[in-house]
Amino acid sequence: MSGRVLVIEDEPNITEAISFILSRDGWDVACHADGATALEVIRETAPDLLILDVMLPGQSGYDILRELRAAPATRDLPVLVLTARSQQPDRDLAARLGASRFMSKPFSNADIRAAVREMVQA
Amino acid sequence: MPSTALAGTRIRERRLLAGMRQADLAREIGVSPSYLNLIEHNRRRAGPRLIEAAARVLGVDVSALTEGAEAALLDALRDAAALARGDPEPEAGRVEEFVGRFPGWAALLAAEHRRAGDLERTVERLTDRMAHDPYLSTALHEMLSAVTSLRSTAAILSETEDLPPHWRRKFHDNLHGDSVRLAEGARALAGYLDTAADDDRGAAAPQEELEAWLRARDYHVAELEEPRANVSEDALIAAAPELASNSARALARRYLRRYRAEARALPQERLVAALAAHGPDPGVLAAQLGQPVPLVFRRLASLPPESEGLPPVGLVMCDGSGTLVFRKPVAGFAFPRFGGACPIWPLFQTLSQPLRPVHCQVEMGTRPRQLFDAYAVCEPVGPTGFGAPQVLEASMLILPVDAGSSPGQAPLAVGVSCRICERTECPARREPSILVEGF
Repeated sequence: MSGRVLVIEDEPNITEAISFILSRDGWDVACHADGATALEVIRETAPDLLILDVMLPGQSGYDILRELRAAPATRDLPVLVLTARSQQPDRDLAARLGASRFMSKPFSNADIRAAVREMVQA
Repeated sequence: MPSTALAGTRIRERRLLAGMRQADLAREIGVSPSYLNLIEHNRRRAGPRLIEAAARVLGVDVSALTEGAEAALLDALRDAAALARGDPEPEAGRVEEFVGRFPGWAALLAAEHRRAGDLERTVERLTDRMAHDPYLSTALHEMLSAVTSLRSTAAILSETEDLPPHWRRKFHDNLHGDSVRLAEGARALAGYLDTAADDDRGAAAPQEELEAWLRARDYHVAELEEPRANVSEDALIAAAPELASNSARALARRYLRRYRAEARALPQERLVAALAAHGPDPGVLAAQLGQPVPLVFRRLASLPPESEGLPPVGLVMCDGSGTLVFRKPVAGFAFPRFGGACPIWPLFQTLSQPLRPVHCQVEMGTRPRQLFDAYAVCEPVGPTGFGAPQVLEASMLILPVDAGSSPGQAPLAVGVSCRICERTECPARREPSILVEGF
């Protein structure tokens, strides 16, 4: 596997685990924890796929997603939304805002590896 | 006598017809006046022995006090029919025939209707709590984050055979940190929920600590009722374990200062005498007593519940932003614990017309539907003067309407808050209702 994955998540241990398992699969993984500067980092990193937490300090993942879909350069960027809120309204909201895939916490490592692989290859 | 009267209401009506004081009847039947007061306002159920004793003292047949049982069943079925959304609609006009021919089925249907109402109220309360309780939401999110990290890290450790030693140490450290975080979070959450079990709510904010303390003493501070009471606010607060936070104690100090001043302006004995003479209409009482209407609201809400002639009293107050700053609930008229209340409440209507009292009957949309007299007024508070910001405080007194009386005009349809209100056509709706549209 090759390609760049950016993880925007403010829990360092979760970030570390995701980073480790995706790196072992060959992905080039970068991480960022602050919602307020996330858009800037996304533009600079130009990832092939974004893993985006919803509850972030500074700016929520949903707000970041909304802005990504409004910008031509990131309109088609695959975005995997991760959240502790897994009710149907949360899934619906993520879909309306343009999430490519939705995954609720806690997730399995196998699921996240498979999701990243499928989304980049799609 | 209306056919729908409940036993408590019937006892009250028969007692008044007999010209008997509540305290005298209570003594004769061997209960306290406050307990009889609760029964007469249908806040406690009258048992068979008490009904027999009351019938004997009042010189009436027991059936004169109990024949409401079937009427209550009819009321429950009519209420169920009114709320039904099925097709075809229930034959509401044949409800008496239904009860007569199938009493067992009718009782079962009424019981299930009541049970559904109880469950809805539980869902409302829990949903309100899950959706708006900031502590619970944060605690659950913290725990889910710790569990996510634990699961992922544990899987790495167990499934990666060639894990380099420095990564292994790192992930062991993470496991330890997450397990400590999870244990602390679980302990804090259990403590929070244990506290909540005491009063079914749990105090999450200083205002709730104050309300819990007031609720425990029926919103009556007897120590401040004496004209020359010399007990200090701080002494009362120091003896109140419910007031755990500094913020709650500051709120209590302000509340008690106002209470003391208003008890001096309108002593309990004077208000109770006026209540007996003129009834509970706060507008009439304010005029008779020469006191501001909001002060009369607060004094009525702080009377002992067994006071002669005092119906159950609810009081809710808000500031200029509409934030509820005081809540004394009354059976059947619920207040939201967090978030905005029903914007149709007369309380909020008065914010745009300070000093103009508003009175109307409101129908609360929760089951069973109940009518209340709502009296509301808004007044400027705080310093006045040119250039000073306007600070408003609105108050609404809520009195249950007797089951037997008929409303003068169509009541105002209100709810608790949009999230748990079934009135889908309400023009003031802020968000969809979970009771109609689900989660």
